Order: sequence, then C-alpha cells, then structure tokens
Amino acid sequence: MTAAEQARRLTVEIFRFNPQDPDAKPRTQRFEIDESPYMTLYILLTRLREEQDASLQFDFSCRSAVCGSCGMLVNGRPMLACRTLTASLPQHIRLYPLPVFELIGDLSVDTGRWFRDMVQQVEGWIHERQPFDPAAPEERMSDDESLAIYESDRCIDCGCCVASCGVANLKPGFAGPAGLNRMARFMMDPRDSRDDEAWFDVVASDEGVFGCIGMMACHDVCPKELPLLEVYSYLRRKVLAASIAKKR
Amino acid sequence: MKKESLYSTDVLVIGGGLAGERCAMEAAAAGLGVTILSMVPPRRSHSCAAQGGMQAALGNCVKGDGDNPDWHFLDTVRGSDWGADQEVARIFVEEAPRAVRELAHFGVPWTRVRPGDNTYFVKGEAVVICEEEKNAGLLMHRDFGGTAKWRTCYASAGTGHALLYAIDSEVIRLGIEVWDRFEAMALIHENGRCHGAVARSLRTGALTAILATATVIATGGYGRIYGKYTTNATINYGSGAAIALATGVVPLGNMEAVQFHPTGLWPSGILVTEGCRGDGGHLLNGNLERFMVQMEPEKQELASRDVVSRHMMDQIQNGHGVESAHGPHLWLDLRHLGADLLNVKLREVVEICRDFAGIDPSQSLVPVRPTQHYSMGGIRVNKDGQAYGMTGLFAAGEAACWDMHGFNRLGGNSLAETIVAGRLVGRSVAAFAGREKPDTGTALARHSLDTCESGIAAWLARRGSGPRIYEIQSRMAEIMIRKVGIFRDGGELQQAVDELQDCLRDCGRAALQSKVPGMNPELSDALRLEGMIRLAIVIASGALARTESRGAHFRRDFPLRDDLHWLKRTLARWPADSAKPRLSYEPVGLLDLPPGHRGYGKAEWIELDMSVDQYNAQVQDAQNAEGRLASEEAPGSSMKWGSWKSVMNASGAKK
Repeated sequence: MTAAEQARRLTVEIFRFNPQDPDAKPRTQRFEIDESPYMTLYILLTRLREEQDASLQFDFSCRSAVCGSCGMLVNGRPMLACRTLTASLPQHIRLYPLPVFELIGDLSVDTGRWFRDMVQQVEGWIHERQPFDPAAPEERMSDDESLAIYESDRCIDCGCCVASCGVANLKPGFAGPAGLNRMARFMMDPRDSRDDEAWFDVVASDEGVFGCIGMMACHDVCPKELPLLEVYSYLRRKVLAASIAKKR
Repeated sequence: MKKESLYSTDVLVIGGGLAGERCAMEAAAAGLGVTILSMVPPRRSHSCAAQGGMQAALGNCVKGDGDNPDWHFLDTVRGSDWGADQEVARIFVEEAPRAVRELAHFGVPWTRVRPGDNTYFVKGEAVVICEEEKNAGLLMHRDFGGTAKWRTCYASAGTGHALLYAIDSEVIRLGIEVWDRFEAMALIHENGRCHGAVARSLRTGALTAILATATVIATGGYGRIYGKYTTNATINYGSGAAIALATGVVPLGNMEAVQFHPTGLWPSGILVTEGCRGDGGHLLNGNLERFMVQMEPEKQELASRDVVSRHMMDQIQNGHGVESAHGPHLWLDLRHLGADLLNVKLREVVEICRDFAGIDPSQSLVPVRPTQHYSMGGIRVNKDGQAYGMTGLFAAGEAACWDMHGFNRLGGNSLAETIVAGRLVGRSVAAFAGREKPDTGTALARHSLDTCESGIAAWLARRGSGPRIYEIQSRMAEIMIRKVGIFRDGGELQQAVDELQDCLRDCGRAALQSKVPGMNPELSDALRLEGMIRLAIVIASGALARTESRGAHFRRDFPLRDDLHWLKRTLARWPADSAKPRLSYEPVGLLDLPPGHRGYGKAEWIELDMSVDQYNAQVQDAQNAEGRLASEEAPGSSMKWGSWKSVMNASGAKK
C-alpha cells in the first residue's frame, strides 16, 4: 500500500471466550482499526490489545513464521497470523481459534500438548543403533539424503494442517498430517534403527496413513509448503512393501 | 492442568530452549527428577529462530582445512575484544566438535560435504573448489564473520529449528516433565542458597512454589527491552536475569555488552542470517557501493558483527542510507548467488523476504539495518555454570555470562554455546543435586508464594488514571534504542539512566485496564515490566560507567579500547534497599592470548601496564572476593597455555 492510497478502516471480528471466567460465554467481539503499511495480523492484534482491549488472548513468539505459535482461522482458513499481511485480506476480517486443539482462551489454543502427544505416539526421535561415541567422527551421510530429511524436518508444529483435516476434527488419536509427516521423516533417516516391519503397526492403521481420506486440505494450508502429497505416497509404498515382506 | 501450590523436584530448569533442554537431559540421564518450566511449548522457544549455524572446528571442507580448536579459540577471544574468560573459551572450543557430532547422532539433518567441484562466493568472486572424496558425507561448513576458517555447521537457514526439534525429541524420549506455559516469577532463596522458584501458569494464572535442590536459569536474552528494535521473539523479556537480579545477591556480568546484528530486515526487525554474507552476499549503501571493501579490506562483509554494524550506522548517519517511510536503511545484495543456491542453502531467508518484505532476494535487494540481537552479558557464573553468590543456582546459554563472548559474540557461537554449556553445566548440576539434599521446609516456599501473590494483588487493586504499562514499555524501548544503542556517549547515557528511573517510578503507579480472571495478558505483561526496566537501568548504568570502547560497547567520547583501566568485567547487583544498581568489577579471567589487535576494526588501543603473569596472579582472589563459588576443578585447570601459538605462527596467510 502506498501512502497515496486511502488507508482502510478494518473491521475485525474476534472469537472471545475465557474458560477461567465462570461468567464468560463464548461470543464474538467486533473491533475497528486503521490499517497501516506492512500491517500483519501480529501488528494488528498487538495494537488491539494495547489500545482497545487488554484482555485479548493470542499467541505469538518469533513473529517470523518459524516457531508455529500463531496458527488461527483467518476468514475460515487456518494460517499463521504473524506472516499474514492485512493488505492480502478483505476489509472485514474474522479471527477464530484453530479447531481440534483445546482452547486456552480467545485465539490461544493448546497445540503444544497435542504435538507432544503425537511425538510420543509415533516415537518421533531417533532410535539409535548404538550409543553416541564422543571420540568417533560423525557417521557419514550423503548431502542429498540429508536434504530429503530436512525437507520433512521443516514442520513447525503450527497445527494448521491438523485444523484443516476432516479426520483429525472427528477422530481423536489420528496422527494427523503432521504426525504422518513425522513418521516419514524418521522412516527415511538411515540413523534410525526401525525397519519397515517395526513401523508397520504405527503407519498401517486407522491412526496412521489409512486414516487419511485424501481430501488434502493439509497440503494446501501448510505454511511451510511441506510436500504432504508425496509424504503420504511414500508411507503407502513403504507399508505395501512391508506387508509383502511379511507374507513371505 | 491443576497444579498443587507446592511441588518439589531434584532439578528445576527455567527455560525450555536449547540450553535448558540440553542441560535437563544431562541431569535426567544421571537419574535425577527434572522439571522444565517453559513460557511456551519448548519447540516455540527462540532457539528455533537461529538460522545460520553452529561453530565447531572440524575442518571438513577445503576452506576449513587445518582448522582446530586453537583457531576457534583465537577467533573467539579476538571476537570478544579480550573481554572473554579465556579458560571458558578454551573449554568451549574443545567441546564444540563433540557437541555438534552428538547432534548428528540425535538426527539433525546437517548439510554434508558434496565431493567434487562446488561453486562458492568468496570476497565478491565466484570460485570453484573441489571437495575431496575422503571428506564426502562429513558435516559441511560455511563461512561466518570474524573466523579464520570456514567452521560453521548448518542446516540450510533453519539450523536452530533443526537443533531444537532434535533436542526436544530427546527430552520427550527421556520422559522429562515439561510444564509449558509457565513463567518463573521469583527465586526461592535464603542465606545465599537457592531452593527453587515460584511459577505462574500462563493458562490459569495460578501460582506454584517449586522446591528444587538445584535450579537452572536458561531463559535466553532480553531483546524486548528494545521493543520492536530487536530480532528477538516477543517472549524474550530477560525474565531469568531479572529474577536473579531481584535476589539482590547474584550479580549480572557485562550487561552493557549488547550485540546489534548487522542484518535485521527493515522495518520488521526480523533476523536475516549472517550466513547470507558468509555465503557471499554483499552490503550496499544508498549509492549501491560495497562500502565494506573500503572499510575492512581484509575481512570485508565478514568482520565481526560489532564492527560491521558500526560501519553500517556510519553510512546511514553520513547520509549514505536509503530513505524509506520507516527511516533510512541499507541493502543486502544476494542476487548474484542465484535462486538455486538461495533456495537450498538460504531457504528460510527466501521465505522471510517473501513473507515480510514482499520481495524475491534472487531478483531484488533486501532492505536491512543493524538491530538489537544478543546479550553477551547475563547471570555471572563460574566455569561450572554456578552463579556467583548463590549456591544451588546455575545458568546456561544466553541468560548466563559464562563468559566466552566478552564484548562481542561471533556468529555461530551462540547455538554452539547452548549445547556445549547445556552438556557441561548439566553435568555440574547433576553432580551438585546428586550430593546435596533439599534442606528447606515449606515455610520458606509459602513465604515466597505469599510475596508473589501480594505483588499480583497490588496490581489488581491499584486504581486511578496512572500511566498504562504499554506506554511505559514503549517509552523504555525508545530510550534504549536512541541512547543505549550502537553509538553511545556519556551525556546521552546519563539521560537514559535518569529517564529509565522515571519509567521505574511510573511502573509503581501504573494501573491495569483489564482485571479478568485467569492468565490476564495485561497482568502478565505488567508483572514483567519492573524487571525489564531494572535490566535496562543496569545496562545503561554499566555503559555510562565504562569509559572506553570494547567490542559492541562503543563510546564516541572514549573511542579506544582501554586495557589499562578496563580489562575487567562489570558486575551489577541491585540490593533490596537501593534505588539503583551497585556496580563492581573483577578481572576478565586468566589471560592466555595477550591483548592485541583483533585483525579487523580499530588497530589502536591503550595498553595494559603489567605483564600477563602479573595480571593473572590477581585473578583468583579478586573473583573470589566478588562471590565466585568453588568449581569442581581448580581455576585454570582447563587452560592449554600457549597452545594457540602453533596456529598463530602458521597464520601468516589468512584464508
């Protein structure tokens, strides 16, 4: 927006509910605020709290789209608030908390606990082949292999994919797009000792890749543009290979 | 999660970033019960925003050939402008290779050496270098500022994120208890012994007194004192340093040593990694000139951060900046690196430029300006990480002044410090908690809890038309950036101290607008404000008193480094009955590398008037007098005296 353009007066409709307040009932509250150049939803929400309603709850940390704190529904679509420019939105903006996750208050949800549970479910850590030897040089790995792991490792636990997933919205225990991606990340890592058979029960179940019904909203909303479509094909291929191996 | 108002654990770690989590792992591996408090889910800690990499002297690529801990030691001590504790720098450089390899073991997808011809950009030229087959698949290095060798290990421009996910996975694997969305409000202590902390839930607002045999502070930096003029996350309030200062007993070291990163994206202040310049990016002024070539012919854009930031501010103040609606800036030019390199090696930079400046760095210049970034100062600890003056309290990472960075930290040395210090301090913590018993009853805990509760009640009870906390916060930030920034002088610093004292007074009569039950975001901010203002006063007071220029602390009225009077560390305590902090000084530590020229920046300084041996003879007594506690091993035991001479003699030709 150039200075010459007329600054918009934005209308912002925000979901409000404070579970700690026994008198509170879920509602929406309408704010008005003048748009400024380069205004992001981080700047907008911070200004609303400082200037209009100090009780407004929301989460930001890095405000640079790497920490994953600020996923919310922006006009119905899960996205990171910090990197969303108001200039890319219509004059009327609706902000709601992400579904699936437990509500902490207003726009703040408990993604942290959901992701810790998911990591436990898929055992999202390296299952080492032998203990670390501080005297030895590092194990070698090709750069291409490392880049492929890095691609999946870039997930920031923001929960946008989970919120967009029809299955995750209905079925607790489903690992969700982020969980499936986490499985793939460790399956392709040569440092991890789990073989296809060890993975089979985790991946080849309704909580795993067979729970996915292929609507693929996750792929569209992922702020890090993770190649989730490829991730799911990779998982299905690995499961198929393992089931054939099992039969032999 | 409803917590009891009293809770006990063997080890309490305050802060769920890399330093805190790595430290917690060490204590848990020793069989101790460990509880981590984290203001956010640990993976959202500011460690995740570190981009460029982690220094470790492995020497795996051609441009890092011959690297070893002695080179890393030289670079680190010179980078610190001789403010570092050289024994700690030595411990650090020896341990860093093990730390980086351990991370590979935990699954970090480090960039690896690609054998054969590789195109790099060095000092403005594209060069083709053939990496040897024997190094194929080992950890790769990139160039960073102030280093003699390519030494920084990296995972594209998302190194911190990759490290934090690997470490947090280990924390989950070990079953370490993490209280996320909890903030420490005060330390529980008595007679120089720390017994834990009072924690406030950022879900419900409820308080819990956590009793612990050992308490570790790993809360990172305080960049938000500078408001929006920082690369730091919104959660970097410096709360760990603030609660240590509030004991009145524990000193903060060298708080005036504040790092400004040369390339904060303008105007958002978001970090753009030094890896951009390491991989061949240039700085341009408003006339599109590469001014760094003239200012620093040897290191060019890769002088240390303090030096580059000063040259950049000189350009801006001399009218060579680029005017914009938000004020003047300079350019970072990455266009010549090409989209292919940028998308692989600097991927997160491409995303940040797209999301926050609306540009593609392979096509457009990137607007940048020096931005507050890192705190070299912090809770002063001995080489085991135990705080001066307080048994049972430890600190690690950016929150600590351990002190390997002195007055300027090298890029790539902070991620490395989090892991190295996490490992080593974690071992000291485990040893301490293994042999000590928790020796306090619940009366002290209740008393601390009551004090915190009445503090909250006072905020909620205050009525009237006092100033708003957000007005005070932004006033503080403007004072800090204008008067306690890159260039400082006595007059402005005195004004800053006075005006910050006004902020402190106003904080005492400010009133809240919101009194809702629960965590109440405004109340949460209010509870942090006094501690932040006190840190700001400590920084400004230390800067005012230090009448020399060293590393990131630059005084226009005292432009030379003055080893005769100032080869020492500032220690700031804030006694309970005092209106201002009390400053004292100690020697920087044992000297191995004698003070000299850094190899970049000013080649002039005021010399020490005694021999290194004479200086070293006074260190131990002077530090003991300042409250240093005995370390597991004697001071000096980790020195490798004169070991740096072998590479110094071989270093006629650098790079």
